[in-house]
Amino acid sequence: MLNSSLHQLSALIAAKKISSVELTNEFLTRVKAQNPVYNAFITVNEEMSLAQAQAADAMIASGQGHPLTGIPIAQKDIFCTKGWLTTCGSKMLSNFISPYDAGVIERFNTVGAVNIGKTNMDEFAMGSSNETSFYGPVRNPWDITTVPGGSSGGSACAVAARMAPAATGTDTGGSIRQPAALCGISGIKPTYGLVSRYGMIAFASSLDQAGPMAKSAEDLALMMNVMVGFDTRDSTSLQRAPEDYSRDLAKPLQGLRIGLPKEYFVEGLSSDVSSAVELAIAEYRKLGAETVEVSLPNTKLSIPVYYVLAPAEASSNLSRYDGVRYGHRAPEYVDLNDMYQKSRAQGFGAEVKRRILIGTYVLSHGYYDAYYIQAQKLRRLIAQDFSEAFKRCDIIMGPTTPTTSFPLGEKSGDPVKMYLSDTYTIATNLAGLPGMSIPAGFGNNNRPVGLHIIGNYFAEAQMLNAAHQYQQVTDWHIRIPDTLTDL
Amino acid sequence: MSLTLDDIKRVANLACIETSETEAAAALVHLSGIFSLIEQMQAVDTSTVKPMSHAQDVMQRLRDDMITESDQRELFQSIAPKTESGLYLVPKVLE
Repeated sequence: MLNSSLHQLSALIAAKKISSVELTNEFLTRVKAQNPVYNAFITVNEEMSLAQAQAADAMIASGQGHPLTGIPIAQKDIFCTKGWLTTCGSKMLSNFISPYDAGVIERFNTVGAVNIGKTNMDEFAMGSSNETSFYGPVRNPWDITTVPGGSSGGSACAVAARMAPAATGTDTGGSIRQPAALCGISGIKPTYGLVSRYGMIAFASSLDQAGPMAKSAEDLALMMNVMVGFDTRDSTSLQRAPEDYSRDLAKPLQGLRIGLPKEYFVEGLSSDVSSAVELAIAEYRKLGAETVEVSLPNTKLSIPVYYVLAPAEASSNLSRYDGVRYGHRAPEYVDLNDMYQKSRAQGFGAEVKRRILIGTYVLSHGYYDAYYIQAQKLRRLIAQDFSEAFKRCDIIMGPTTPTTSFPLGEKSGDPVKMYLSDTYTIATNLAGLPGMSIPAGFGNNNRPVGLHIIGNYFAEAQMLNAAHQYQQVTDWHIRIPDTLTDL
Repeated sequence: MSLTLDDIKRVANLACIETSETEAAAALVHLSGIFSLIEQMQAVDTSTVKPMSHAQDVMQRLRDDMITESDQRELFQSIAPKTESGLYLVPKVLE
């Protein structure tokens, strides 16, 4: 049961072979047993999960079931969830019981999915290893001495260690795809604007996008069908006709043109990741796809550009945490300004402070044009690289990350080193394009490798099709770590 | 460009984050490293490029001027650090 896909669970529930309460209990038991090892969840609330499961069983009994009705889904702790502690991995929000639901949470509630718990994450989604969380690091199920990636590290770990059949994540510079790659699962960041940001705690608003994390492309499509949709409460939400993201899964890949950016296969890419990715691409050729070399000449600039724009937006977004209306307030202070200064100094961790300082600096008088405007101009060049590349191919592929998972503590003392682990993922956020990662074998020490798939705007169904066809002829996505002996 | 300790303190003050001498010194080391990465941007001539502020080229939507929120003051204030008679309390600003 714990190892079943969303599709399998959905069929069992629809056929009334298992109730949502039974299924939820099974996953809750698993979480209780495994979470002390992995630290993937910040909050588990049995009572609330089981109440949702009971309501789901009633929905099914009355014939109003949806494919995800009654299925436990882990929710990243960045989504405001009414009545649940919602921390965003920060001490600042360690006492924040959300008074409302995020748009994404509402959509899961509408179809009767069960919230199995809130997953651990880098503080305010700022990190690539889940080590900046106030609630401690998450461990990678493939090797618990290594990181699961971040910032959606808890969600990736929960799925990989079979504590949830699927989870939500958010991706500002790679935070769905990088942990998906490092934990050997599948994850997709949709085109910017498809999933509502309402109630999703803001990091860098022009880049943040939520998406699903699951065991297979087929399951991701099911999740996308629930998560995507217009929301008037998000000013950047896109109004489009609803799509069925499963519609093209079965299409053959004959004639699909795969672009391989030459800048993605150079220095900095470790050889074990490179060989796994090349084997995956060879598999695509066998499936009838053609490959063509493309160029994304400004790839190298995406990290500098991102580390101006994202902190700039973050410094503005995080100015709301002042200890007045909610969140942490310092216990002692002498006046109002001291209260702000101390509450923020105590409530934010080191990485969040660093990014607020960078953002404040690049937006400050005299530096705005040299940094912020220059970064926005380069952002356009980076986006244009992709539109040029997509004239020659349908889809772009490469490695999701330059290396497999790295040991806890290896990069946490050196921000620049840590930032470079998002080399391949950041550009798609800057351009607003959809990106996904699927398991594509293993590198040294049996650590998972992710294949990065970048699509053109709104090409999610095509990307899921490409991923699904690969998953029909390979079994990387159903492999589980040796340590999970009970499955 | 090189950052100084004074820059760090000035920016921390602008950002309303109390920073000790030790923290400022540590931040200087990390931020200098990050800015050396960021400086790579300056090598590109962008004089003819228009800044891109957003992924989608869309206009802000307008909405009807109608009340859509209900009064939830009690619920919202139930999680506030300090309230009294429906007001949020902060230290005295005016003597």
